[in-house]
Amino acid sequence: MIRIIKPLILFLMFLALFESLQAQQQRFPKPEFKTEYQQPTPTAPEPRGLGMEFVDVGLLVLVMSLTAWFAIKKRSRNGILILTVFSAIYFGFHRNGCICSVGSIQNVVLAFADPTYTLSLYALLFFLLPLLFSLFFGRVFCGAACPLGAIQDLLIFKPITIAPWLRKALGVIPYLYLGLAVLYAATGTEFIICRYDPFIGIYRMNGPHLMIFLGIAFLLMGLFIARPYCRFLCPYGALLNITSRFSWKHLSVYPTRCIECKLCTTACPFEAIDFPDSENERPDPRKGSRRFILFFLLIPVMMLIGGWIGSKSHVFLSKANQTVYLAELLISHPELQNDPKNIDVQQFLASGKSLETLSKEAREIRDKFYTGSWILGAFLGLVIGFMAFNQLIYRRKNDYQANRGTCYSCARCLDYCPVE
Amino acid sequence: MNRKNFLTNTGRWVLLGGLMYLTGSIFFKRKVSASGKYVWQIDPFKCTQCGRCATSCVRDLSAVKCVHAYSLCGYCDLCGGYFKPNTLSLNTGAENQLCPTGALKRKYIEEPFFEYTIDEELCNGCGKCVKGCTSFGNGSLHLQIRHNLCQNCNECSIARLCPSDAITRVPVETAYKIKGDFKPAIAKPQ
Repeated sequence: MIRIIKPLILFLMFLALFESLQAQQQRFPKPEFKTEYQQPTPTAPEPRGLGMEFVDVGLLVLVMSLTAWFAIKKRSRNGILILTVFSAIYFGFHRNGCICSVGSIQNVVLAFADPTYTLSLYALLFFLLPLLFSLFFGRVFCGAACPLGAIQDLLIFKPITIAPWLRKALGVIPYLYLGLAVLYAATGTEFIICRYDPFIGIYRMNGPHLMIFLGIAFLLMGLFIARPYCRFLCPYGALLNITSRFSWKHLSVYPTRCIECKLCTTACPFEAIDFPDSENERPDPRKGSRRFILFFLLIPVMMLIGGWIGSKSHVFLSKANQTVYLAELLISHPELQNDPKNIDVQQFLASGKSLETLSKEAREIRDKFYTGSWILGAFLGLVIGFMAFNQLIYRRKNDYQANRGTCYSCARCLDYCPVE
Repeated sequence: MNRKNFLTNTGRWVLLGGLMYLTGSIFFKRKVSASGKYVWQIDPFKCTQCGRCATSCVRDLSAVKCVHAYSLCGYCDLCGGYFKPNTLSLNTGAENQLCPTGALKRKYIEEPFFEYTIDEELCNGCGKCVKGCTSFGNGSLHLQIRHNLCQNCNECSIARLCPSDAITRVPVETAYKIKGDFKPAIAKPQ
């Protein structure tokens, strides 16, 4: 008997609770109209561009395939230029540049870190496809399909040469940005790539002033420093830089043989053409091997140092997290509890959560930041160490050839190459 | 095959394997929705009308608008969402209105009922009327993200700052949480 009654009582309690909530909502009864008044219903306009997601994926594949064909087989700069304009118009101005492959890194990371987050297949494909293409055809995504790259590529006016050491040094920034983006996405703090995306405000022709200002600043800089965002910031470019080095086929400057006319090096605004090395540049093998071992052993040391520095900065890095920020604020300034203007504090007090619970949550997040910044620092140490190590590896280069890591497959050099 | 080609090929297959592993593990955890799209929406029962929707959206005029669930409205003459507190006369004079942009419109229906509608072109999503309606009335006015305006940013800049975590990703099939149809989540009795 009890077995039957117990759920029944629970059910009745449930109903009573539900009713009381409903009653609470309706402070004033619904009127009974005498006139023929028709009560309107609230509208629910559909999301923009619904069902366009898989059209986008299809177009992405199409644009990348065509770029690969134009760069490797057809050797046509004009074809790629048309694709670039198409991407800027379609992915940029029409689809407003969201979601893009660059930002999708964070969605993938969040899918691993947050058990409640469901990744849309669309975002996953946007993340995977350009990487897959780069493993086979080089950075064809950067060449024409990326809307962020397209707008910068179309606005290159008089590119200046940047000293190789400066280029190498600035080349570390994308890895730092990538690491920070992964750290912030994994701790559920925020999506920094999207927040500081400079061109999205221009594509939307609407946005916060900072975003528009950054966009215009980057475009103006881009008149003289070709593709500044792609080269010195883009975190997805950092990934593509690695994968593209192992590409199956890649754009080749000359169709048959190089006549060493150097025309391609003037054509390339990104300084992505490797020079052939002269005889006297070749290192002494005996001296080389000692340095080789030294630099190799330096990599783990760099990783340790990087990790240590990273872990020292975890407190600072974690301040961007809202929970950590609020907990710190309340502990260091308890008088803020009486400040009616501080929305976060007031909201927290109204929620009935205790300060202990909040600081416990904050401590858990900070612990994640501690581990995360160790990994981030070690990763940066690895990158820098490997870059230095890579300098020592001697690769025989007889001709002028595009660097597989940094070449965007824009095909400018192909037009300049006089070899038939 | 020389050594360089061998290393390149090996590297390619290793990276390819890594990407496949990554994809596979995401699929294995069933964390991919094939239907594709998620959008941002406000839970009106969590919303505290802090006013950040008006200021934090990436759009100049926020994509968050006040929505009226007419079926819950009491059609009151003295509307807590329409009039400022301590208003002297209940007329449509601008000095009496709570809405800073005059987006909330009042129309006489029959004695003693008035209909309230929102002009979305003017509404900035500040939620002042929502606060008034929720505190003094039935709570039929509430904030919703309008998807014809929302850019559907990868991460909603309002959600990041929302003090009550009322903004979450929802499947596109249930893109709105309009009061009346949408009921608050009730904790199940133990």
